[in-house]
Amino acid sequence: MELHPDLLIRAHYYMRLARALDDRGTFLHKQSKIVGGYFSQIGHEAISVAAGLALGPDDVAAPMHRDLGTYLVRGLHPRRILAQYLGRSTGVSLGRDANLHGMGDLSLGLIGFISHLPASTGVIAGVAHAFKLRGEPRVAMCFFGDGSASQGLAHEALNWASVFQLPMVAICENNQFAYSTPLSRQMNIANIADRAAAYGIPGVIVDGNDFCAVYQATCAAVERARAGGGPTLIECKTMRMRGHAIHDNQAYVPKALLEEWATRDPLARLEATLRARGLLDDDALAALHARIERELDDAQAFAEASPYPEPGTVRDGVYA
Amino acid sequence: MTWDEGLHRGAQVVADIPATGRELTYLEAIRDALRFELRRDPNVLLMGEDIGIYGGAFKVTQGLIEEFGEARVIDTPMAELAMIYAAIGMSFQGFRPVVEMQFADFISTGFDAIVQFAATNHYRWGQPVPITIRAPGAGGLRAGPFHSQSNEAWFVHTPGLKVVAPATPADARGLLLSAIRDPNPVIYYETKYLYRSLKGPVPEDDVTVPIGEAALRRAGEELSIIAYGAMVGEALAVANQLDAEGHSVEVLDLRTLKPLDEAAILATARRTGKVLIVHEANRTCGVGAEVAALIAAGAFEHLDGPITRVAGPDTPVPYSPPLEDAHRPAAPAILEAARDLLAY
Repeated sequence: MELHPDLLIRAHYYMRLARALDDRGTFLHKQSKIVGGYFSQIGHEAISVAAGLALGPDDVAAPMHRDLGTYLVRGLHPRRILAQYLGRSTGVSLGRDANLHGMGDLSLGLIGFISHLPASTGVIAGVAHAFKLRGEPRVAMCFFGDGSASQGLAHEALNWASVFQLPMVAICENNQFAYSTPLSRQMNIANIADRAAAYGIPGVIVDGNDFCAVYQATCAAVERARAGGGPTLIECKTMRMRGHAIHDNQAYVPKALLEEWATRDPLARLEATLRARGLLDDDALAALHARIERELDDAQAFAEASPYPEPGTVRDGVYA
Repeated sequence: MTWDEGLHRGAQVVADIPATGRELTYLEAIRDALRFELRRDPNVLLMGEDIGIYGGAFKVTQGLIEEFGEARVIDTPMAELAMIYAAIGMSFQGFRPVVEMQFADFISTGFDAIVQFAATNHYRWGQPVPITIRAPGAGGLRAGPFHSQSNEAWFVHTPGLKVVAPATPADARGLLLSAIRDPNPVIYYETKYLYRSLKGPVPEDDVTVPIGEAALRRAGEELSIIAYGAMVGEALAVANQLDAEGHSVEVLDLRTLKPLDEAAILATARRTGKVLIVHEANRTCGVGAEVAALIAAGAFEHLDGPITRVAGPDTPVPYSPPLEDAHRPAAPAILEAARDLLAY
């Protein structure tokens, strides 16, 4: 089935924006304006944008640090994201949490993650449980990685979702490395999605660098969940194209593997699709690029003009 | 004389329980609070292992699934970590889940959810986590190393949590009402030893006990014993004994372990000048250490003796009766320490 042109153009904008925001962050880190860790999401744009677009406005998502696209699709403004990166009082966490951590805003249906990434599987199971108890036609979606898949909570949460037949979609972004640990040290099976059988839920494997494939798979899972069909585990096969964080040159990753995956860049593939369907040309791409740079210039100016949090507020907000 | 008669002794004693004539056991008071909140607020729900059809390992939740149904009294898989995370997720959608750990010992399985997610969430992105975790703790029941723990200090050390530990049926009910209504995650330590051994007056109406307020159980002039949970009863027994010997001993029941009632702690220390802290949890970095540090910093010039602790030793809680009795503080050990301090 061919996806609607409007959807593809929208997806292209968000994938380009995520990529450009990622590049902007790298630049700001090199200028020492962003301190601490910096996590690139290059290579994950198809997953984060497609899964985000598959959700409705009343649904809830718990994206992680490689899901910039999901935050953007759900309406989190680049101003708030860059202010968060720069540790300013206008960032989502008011300067309390680092980089993409803790970027939750329930008014946008976003839950802020913690570094213990499989946590999102459990929290989202609870959100989905709430929807089920209230009989609401809403869906909850979590994102986790191949490393998280080795943690007990991922199993507990998927089992829980199956036992209670919850409207939950679990997106596993298998990017083949958890920090330096390769898949072969995470598991002795071919696919994380194969574990779905053990929970009694559907397990779907999809090319995580193919926007259309991820979108169709997540839409099917979201529709199934919304209709009362229970949870789905979707494994998106992809590749982490940068190190774990900016300090990590990932010398442990074979060059040939990165070169092979570079030929499958999700953004280039979507753009090839758009061009083949007559939805993109050089002029349109240049115009999009200029628009995004303007938006990011604005976001950066906002962030840099924003004050740091007052040191005297360090104790504020521990309790509600 | 049962120890809770001490509640009614002394003019300054905080024990304003309305005389309704209703007496409940500590366990019945907990169940009564759960039922009261389930009736009052449709967003309150219970989760736990064996809490529904079976009524709970200790029968605390007996009869509740019959009244409220399986959508509000939820029997779960044996997965404390997923359970507490699910409670967090439910709370984001307006529910107020009360999660039962079958024993406080098993709370370690859900540790990440409590200390990493629930405790930090409001600080990080402003979203409250109104969940209550019931943790049946402490020893004296010959239950061995994994069914007897007093692990409250883990959570007292964690910013973002509140921790309560009622010692009476009235407080068991009133603090549970407060915990469920609190917008923050609250760990509610209930003392298994008191479930059926302790009975007392319990209000029927909407009477809460505020989190963060200690209760003076007995007023005195020469020595303060500061305790919580089952140790309050032991402390009152000791105070009564010493009273018979002509001494005047005060007993402060902390009730809330986080945040500590610093004013009440300092007030009793300043009043008597001698402080004995008693808890079942092992000594090192226990709640008593923090209480002692508070007093050392805030009542130093009022002290007439060393701040003293009687606590469980730094070992697992053993099973065999002579070993457990040697582990768990009780009136004789407390009495000895109190006499030493009085004679100092």
